[in-house]
Amino acid sequence: MLTKNVLIMMVVVVIAGCSNNPPKDAFKLTPTSLEDKEMQTRSFDTLNQANLLSASGSVLQDLGYTLEESDSTIGVLSASKDIDATDAGQVAGAIILAIFTGSMTPVDDHQKIRVCLVINQSLTNENASLARITIQRIVWNTEGKISRVQVIKNPELYSAFFSKLSKAVFLEENNI
Amino acid sequence: MNTVNKSCMAIIVICFVCSCSNKPKSAFDMNESQVEVRSYQTRAFDTTDRVILLRSIVATLQDLDFVIDKVDSEFGVVSATKLSGYSIRMTITIRPRGDKQLLVRASGHYNLKTIEDPAMYQDFYSALNKSTFLTSHEVD
Repeated sequence: MLTKNVLIMMVVVVIAGCSNNPPKDAFKLTPTSLEDKEMQTRSFDTLNQANLLSASGSVLQDLGYTLEESDSTIGVLSASKDIDATDAGQVAGAIILAIFTGSMTPVDDHQKIRVCLVINQSLTNENASLARITIQRIVWNTEGKISRVQVIKNPELYSAFFSKLSKAVFLEENNI
Repeated sequence: MNTVNKSCMAIIVICFVCSCSNKPKSAFDMNESQVEVRSYQTRAFDTTDRVILLRSIVATLQDLDFVIDKVDSEFGVVSATKLSGYSIRMTITIRPRGDKQLLVRASGHYNLKTIEDPAMYQDFYSALNKSTFLTSHEVD
């Protein structure tokens, strides 16, 4: 039994140690790419891209993000924020498992949210600008190890951000 | 710890060491196929408008779920990371080629290695072609 476990561990180690091939489809557009783009994009009736970028920066600051990169010529803003990632259900599950196994399995602890916002001229409406955001997160567990890295494609999150941005653009344009 | 457990640990440690038999290389080592790698990482575009090309690159990276880490429009460089169960870092640079073209070079890194699969760069440039409406050419 012990030998079998050691063998399994060896195989896992060999696979993990030498997995140097990236997923083949990493640079391929997916069937949902267009749909995702729509969810991540909002049109604003302004041609003042500098104002839109500055309003976006303000919203991200309001939300507690740290701006990490910006380029006004290209219209890019990147920002990140560290927040709690504790999930009550996951913790409860780990406790139940611990009762049976005697050892506590690591659960999600904190996460870094990374946001990238890009402003562009709209191709369909010459009086409008487009703002598009993409969101990723890195989750660390209670052992301090990265447990998950993923793209966030939750429509409610995008809507919530854009509703705040609309207000900020209005305030910015009216100098409030 | 009994002897059996000790031996098991030793085997696991040896296995760790052996499984990653890549010897530590110098940070500036270059392999023989570097010229070949560079050629399939590079395309020429029929435009001299750096800003439009950079904007298209950024849009393509967003289409592919990347988040931009660094962009410098004057120098012509974009770095971005994709986190989707794995992590890939991309650096894309642009520079003039003659009076009528710009060269785009994309290099991706996965784990500790440069991505050397030509098909993946082909995928990237087909995605970029869709967002630029420009014609790209392979470079010798």
